[in-house]
Amino acid sequence: MRRYLSEGSEWTFELIDRYTEEIGRLAGQYGLDTYPNQIEVISAEQMMDAYSSVGMPVGYHHWSYGKQFLGVEQRYRRGHMGLAYEIVINSNPCIAYLMEENTMAMQALVIAHACYGHNSFFKGNYLFRTWTSADAIIDYLLFARNYITECEQRHGEEAVELILDSCHALMNYGVDRYKRPSPLSAREELQRQRERADYLQSQVNDLWRTIPKRGDREGNPAQRLYPAEPQENLLYFIEKNAPLLQPWQREIVRIVRKIAQYFYPQRQTQVMNEGWATFWHYTLLNRLYDEGLVNEGFMLEILQNHTSVIHQPPYNSDHFGGINPYALGFAMMSDIRRMCESPTDEDHDWFPDIAGSDWLKTMDFAMRNFKDESFIAQYLSPRLMREMKLFAVLDDDRRRRLEITAIHNDEGYRHVRQMLAAQYNIGDREPNIQVYNVNREGDRSLTLRHLQHRRRPLDANTTEEVLKHLVRLWGFSVRVETVEPDGRVIKTQECRAV
Amino acid sequence: MNRVIDRRLNGKNKSAVNRRRFIRRFRQQIREAVADAISERSITDIDSGEKINIPARDIGEPTFRHGPGGEREAVYPGNTEYVTGDKIKRPQEDGGAGGSQASNSGEGIDDFAFKLSREEFLEFFFDDLALPDLVKTQIATQIEFKRVRSGYSRTGIPANINVIRSLKGALSRRIALRSPLEQRLLELRQELDQQQAAGDAGAQARRAELEEEIRRVSARINVIPFIDTFDLRYNNRIRQPRPTTQAVMFCLMDVSGSMDEERKDIAKRFFILLYLFLTRTYERIEVVFIRHHTSAKEVDEEEFFHSRETGGTVVSSALELMHKIITERYPGSLWNIYAAQASDGDNWNDDSPLCRNLLIEKIMPLLQYFAYVEIKPDEHQSLWREYLHVKARCANFAQQRIDGLTDIYPVFRKLFRKKAAA
Repeated sequence: MRRYLSEGSEWTFELIDRYTEEIGRLAGQYGLDTYPNQIEVISAEQMMDAYSSVGMPVGYHHWSYGKQFLGVEQRYRRGHMGLAYEIVINSNPCIAYLMEENTMAMQALVIAHACYGHNSFFKGNYLFRTWTSADAIIDYLLFARNYITECEQRHGEEAVELILDSCHALMNYGVDRYKRPSPLSAREELQRQRERADYLQSQVNDLWRTIPKRGDREGNPAQRLYPAEPQENLLYFIEKNAPLLQPWQREIVRIVRKIAQYFYPQRQTQVMNEGWATFWHYTLLNRLYDEGLVNEGFMLEILQNHTSVIHQPPYNSDHFGGINPYALGFAMMSDIRRMCESPTDEDHDWFPDIAGSDWLKTMDFAMRNFKDESFIAQYLSPRLMREMKLFAVLDDDRRRRLEITAIHNDEGYRHVRQMLAAQYNIGDREPNIQVYNVNREGDRSLTLRHLQHRRRPLDANTTEEVLKHLVRLWGFSVRVETVEPDGRVIKTQECRAV
Repeated sequence: MNRVIDRRLNGKNKSAVNRRRFIRRFRQQIREAVADAISERSITDIDSGEKINIPARDIGEPTFRHGPGGEREAVYPGNTEYVTGDKIKRPQEDGGAGGSQASNSGEGIDDFAFKLSREEFLEFFFDDLALPDLVKTQIATQIEFKRVRSGYSRTGIPANINVIRSLKGALSRRIALRSPLEQRLLELRQELDQQQAAGDAGAQARRAELEEEIRRVSARINVIPFIDTFDLRYNNRIRQPRPTTQAVMFCLMDVSGSMDEERKDIAKRFFILLYLFLTRTYERIEVVFIRHHTSAKEVDEEEFFHSRETGGTVVSSALELMHKIITERYPGSLWNIYAAQASDGDNWNDDSPLCRNLLIEKIMPLLQYFAYVEIKPDEHQSLWREYLHVKARCANFAQQRIDGLTDIYPVFRKLFRKKAAA
C-alpha cells in the first residue's frame, strides 16, 4: 500500500510543494500546458485586499476600489459571504493565492483548480493569447500605478480622480473587439510615453486647426462624417481625438483602456474558464485518490466543496441567482468527455465529429478555440439541456404575458441553445454604442449611436450620468442617438458642455 | 518551475488608501448618515465606531446599460411545468422567471453599508462643531497608560542603559575585587624591600619567590575588567495608570413647548461634546438628566430627549433639584461635578434672580464647571442678564448663545484651554 501524502487537515509548505508536484505530474500526463506557477500564501485580510482590487496584484489608487473593499469587508464580517478560495492572475508566471485559513484538502483543490485549470486556460485559449500579454501585465500595471501616482503629485488627486471616474464609466467601451492590440511592454511604454504625449498633442491640434476649404462643404453631410467609419472603442477615440485633454490625461485614458482590454477575455470566457478549471480539479484530484495518494476524508471534503460549487438551483428556487457558470461549464466539459468516451446514437447524430473521438484532443480543441457564446452554440448537447431542464422565456413589453418559446424537446433544442449562447454574447448584453460623428465645423459636439437590439432602450438615468462623464473627457456637448435597425433615429439624449 | 511564497508577512492594509479616498469622496453623504446616527445614539455611547448606510444610487458607478422595455429572451434551468407556447403572468417582483434579467441591468435600491471606525466617526462628529485640531486630537485620544521611570533593572535593551549607574557599579566592583589583592601586593613589596635591604644569600631564594608572587598578584589585578556585563543597569519603566477619578455630569434642559426638535438636537450635541471631553479626563462618569418646565424631574436619557411638555418655565426648580442630588449622592470630595444647561432662554421673570442666588451661593462652589447655552433665543431675557452676574463672580461659569452647531465649541474653549495648559 502506498503512503498518503498527508493525513489530517493541517497544511505545511512542504506538503504544498509535494501536492503541487504530484498534481503537476498528473496534469502533465493529461497534457495540460501551463505557465510556471507562483503560489502565494496570504491571510484573509490580504485576500480581501486582493478581492477588492478586482484581481490586479498591483493597482492604482481609486475610491471605487475602496468602496469594493468596504463592501467585501462588511459582508465578510457579518458572515454573509465566504471569501473566494482562490484568486488567480493571468500572468507569466501565473500567480495564484492560497488563503492560510484553508485546510490541506482545500489548498490541494485550489492548486488543481487555479494552478493547472485556469493556468492552462490562460495559456491556451485564443482570446487570452490574442488580447493579453501574460509576460508583461505585471510590469504594465506597475507602470500604470507609478504613472498615476506621479500625475497625482503633479496635478492633484482630485483632478486625476475626475479623469479616472470618467474613464471607468466608459471602461466597457474601451476595448477593441476585432482588431488585435499591440503587445504591452512596460519598458517601452515608459520610453515612448513622453514622445507619444507630445506627438499626440500635435496630432490632435492638427485635426482642429485644419480650416476646411469651401469646396469641402459642397459634399452631402454623410460624406463629411468624422470618423469616416463608426468606431466601437470610445476610449480609444477620445484618447486620439478629444481636443482639450492634456497629454497626461490622454495617458490615463490609455491606461484604463489597456486594463479594460486585459480583462475583456475574462468577461467573455467565464463559463468556459470556470468549467475548465472545475473539470480539471475534479479529474486531477480523483486521479490522486485512485492512485492511493489521498484518503477518503480528504476526498469527502473535496467532494463536499465541489458539489456546492457546481450547485444549480432551479429558476423557481429562493436561491436562484441566474445560471451558475461553474455548474454550466463543468456540466458541458464533463459532457464532452462523455460524448467522446461513451457516445449515444443521439450524440452521433448531433455531434458526428466529437462522438467517439479522443476526449483529450477534443477538449483541448474546445478550450483553445472558443469563447462562452460560441462554446455553448457549438457544444451544448440535447442530453445536457434535458438534464438541466432548460427553457427559454420571452418577455415582450408589448404583450401582457410572458411566453415560453422553447423547452428541452426536439423542437426546442436549437432555439434554447441559440438563446443561451446569445445570453453570453457581450454584444447582446451591453448596449451597442459607437462613435458616429464629430461636428467639426460647428460646436464640436460628439454624436454616438446606440444601435438598438430587439427594441431594448438605454437606461435613461445612467445614460445621463455617463454622458456627463463623456462631456468631461470630450470637452464639448455629447449626444447619443438611438437608432432602429432600419436607420431611423428614434430618440436622442444629449448632455451639453457647460 | 513552481514557486511557493509566503506573503502573509506583507502588509495587509493595501486597501487603506482606497478606503480613505472613498470616505473623502462621499464626505457629504457620510456626514448626513453620521448626523442621523448621532440623533439615534445615546450620549454615553458616542465613543465608538458606527455602521453607516449610504443610498446605493448616490455612490453608483454609471455605465451604459439597458433600461426596462423591449424584447428580452432568457434561458432558465429547472423547468418542471411549462411546454412551448405557454403564456404566463409577468412576475411582479424581480427574481422569478423573466425578472432577473431586469434586476441585473437595473439599479439596486439597497443601501451601501459599511462601518466607520471610532476615529473616523468622531472626525465627522467634530467637523460640524468646528473644533480646533488640537482639541480634536486631545479628546479623541484613547486613554493610555503613562510610562514612568521606576528605578533600575538588570535587564533591558541597550538604548536604556544608564551609564552613570553602570559605571558606578563597575567602579565599586573593581574596588571590591582589587583591594584585597592590592593589600597583598603592598605587603609583598614591603617584604621584598626588606629582603633586598638585608641582602644576604639566604634571602636570594626568598626574593625570587616574592617576585614570582608579585607578578602573579599583579596579573590578577590586571585581569579584573573595567566593566562587566553584570555591572550594567538599565533604566526601568513601568506603566502607570492614570489616577482613578470620577465625575458626574448634570444635563439640565428646558422641555417646555418652545424647545422644538431642532433645538433639542443642538442641545444633544452640546451635551455629547461635554461628555466626550469628560471621558478624556475622568475614568468614570455618571450622567444625570434633569428636565424641567415649571417643576423639575430626574429622568433617563430616552425621556430626556424625546418627551415634550407644555407650560411655563421655572429654572430654579431644576437648580434646586440638582443641588439636592449633589448633596445626597455626590459629595464634593469624591466627585468632580460638571453641569450643562440648555434652554431657549425662557424663564419666569421673578425666578431669574432666585437662580442667580442659588448658583452663586449654593451650587457654584460645588462645581468644576457650569456651562449654560441659550439655543436660538428670540431675544435675551431676564435669565441671561442674571447669569451675566454669575459669570462676573465665578470663573468656572460659561454662557453662550447658540444659533448653530458651530457656536457650541466656544462654550468649552476655556475648559479645553485649562486642560491644554495642565
